[in-house]
Amino acid sequence: MQKITRETLIEKAKSLLADGTVTRVLGWKKGDFSYDVTPAIFTSVEQMQNDFVYSEFSGANFSKYLIKETKKEDGKVLVFLKPCDTYSFNQLLTEHRFDREKVYAVGIPCEGMLDENKIKKAVGDGILSVCCDGDAVKVETLYDGVKQLNKGDVLSERCLNCKSKKHVAYDELLGEDGEVIDSNRFDEVEKLEKMTADERFAFWQNELSRCIRCNACRDVCPACTCEKCVFDNPNSGVENKSPANSFEEKMFHIIRAFHVAGRCTDCGECSRVCPQQIPLHLLNRKFIKDINAFYGDYQAGAEVGSRAPLVNYTKEDLEPSEAVNREDK
Amino acid sequence: MQVNEYKPKIVAFCCNWCSYAGADLAGSNRLSYPAEVKVIRVPCSCRVNPMFILRAFQRGADGVILCGCHPGDCHYTSGNYYTRRRMALLFSMLEYLGIEKERTRVEWVSAAEGAKFAQTMNDFVATVKSLGENKRLEDLRCKR
Repeated sequence: MQKITRETLIEKAKSLLADGTVTRVLGWKKGDFSYDVTPAIFTSVEQMQNDFVYSEFSGANFSKYLIKETKKEDGKVLVFLKPCDTYSFNQLLTEHRFDREKVYAVGIPCEGMLDENKIKKAVGDGILSVCCDGDAVKVETLYDGVKQLNKGDVLSERCLNCKSKKHVAYDELLGEDGEVIDSNRFDEVEKLEKMTADERFAFWQNELSRCIRCNACRDVCPACTCEKCVFDNPNSGVENKSPANSFEEKMFHIIRAFHVAGRCTDCGECSRVCPQQIPLHLLNRKFIKDINAFYGDYQAGAEVGSRAPLVNYTKEDLEPSEAVNREDK
Repeated sequence: MQVNEYKPKIVAFCCNWCSYAGADLAGSNRLSYPAEVKVIRVPCSCRVNPMFILRAFQRGADGVILCGCHPGDCHYTSGNYYTRRRMALLFSMLEYLGIEKERTRVEWVSAAEGAKFAQTMNDFVATVKSLGENKRLEDLRCKR
């Protein structure tokens, strides 16, 4: 199989820009550090050759950027989508959030993204470069020279529990398509469910109290696409300020997760961007797990046009009292 | 001298077409239910946003109960079916965060069930009373 590298992607973009199929490219741009990669728009091949990055840190899900990008008038935009991004892509199409005609989606395979916080924890500060070779990760540091890590140990949480390597939407695919994976992503939720209420409360109090209300989780979430958000309401009492008390954090996180319940594709972006490393995916996964258990298996974004569980019902749905008193959880 | 007995604050969201009329019937029939229950009338149980429930807890409620028409009898045909799904997920999430599951409840009360309304409220107030004050979802700034 041909390995997909930075050059492959630039070459692809070059030909599509040259024949006029697309006018710009949504890609990853290098930042100050090797692990610091941000989304950007490229309009020429020269720009891409200078700044474009495709590495183990190119984790950003581009689906949400398409909403704004497709509203611009000129031509199509080329976007690179990893398998998990394609689910968000489909979900946004289902919700009519962007014009499919204005997007040229190129599916790219994904071998799992690395978590810079795990690497920092393992090697300390001063990371100069990170190089991935199969299962080995070579980290060059300022103080200690080159250190070798195991890829499995520094893989980001969402990739450890990858749910699918299959692209569900694309115009063109680079490399080979994978399969939907039978992941263990609900294991941690189950572990929490088995705890007593006091232990769970202590766990969440500890996690959520670190929240600084930066709203990064909301801003990055491909399912959070309201033009006006309840949390931006100046009368909400929780608008953009650091938490004055524990209620605010709980309120924010419960409502944030609830607003995407049934539409969350479990792309894991919320946990990736959290500067306080709060395991936000555990809230979303709880909703996904409950929806699967109560209303049948449902994967948001698996197909365009499917009806989300919270805008649907059956006459035989279980009662809320049954939901909290179930034996089998 | 009278000892100050703990009186829980209970918020009851009642749908205009069934449960609110049920509460009215309980009154006309002179069935008593605790004065701790504050009834809030909503057009449909489906009107109740999960945020309303959290807000009620924030402002000092010790228990929140949501009453609507029986499934199938909704004035707006399907509102309470959506409520049922939403609240099942919300309550399950609250429990997941370690908040006592007895503090929230959904009950279907029709306009003809005055007795059921009174009995439900008596039962719910007793349950919340035994749990005591709401400590896990309180907002200290709202304390008076």
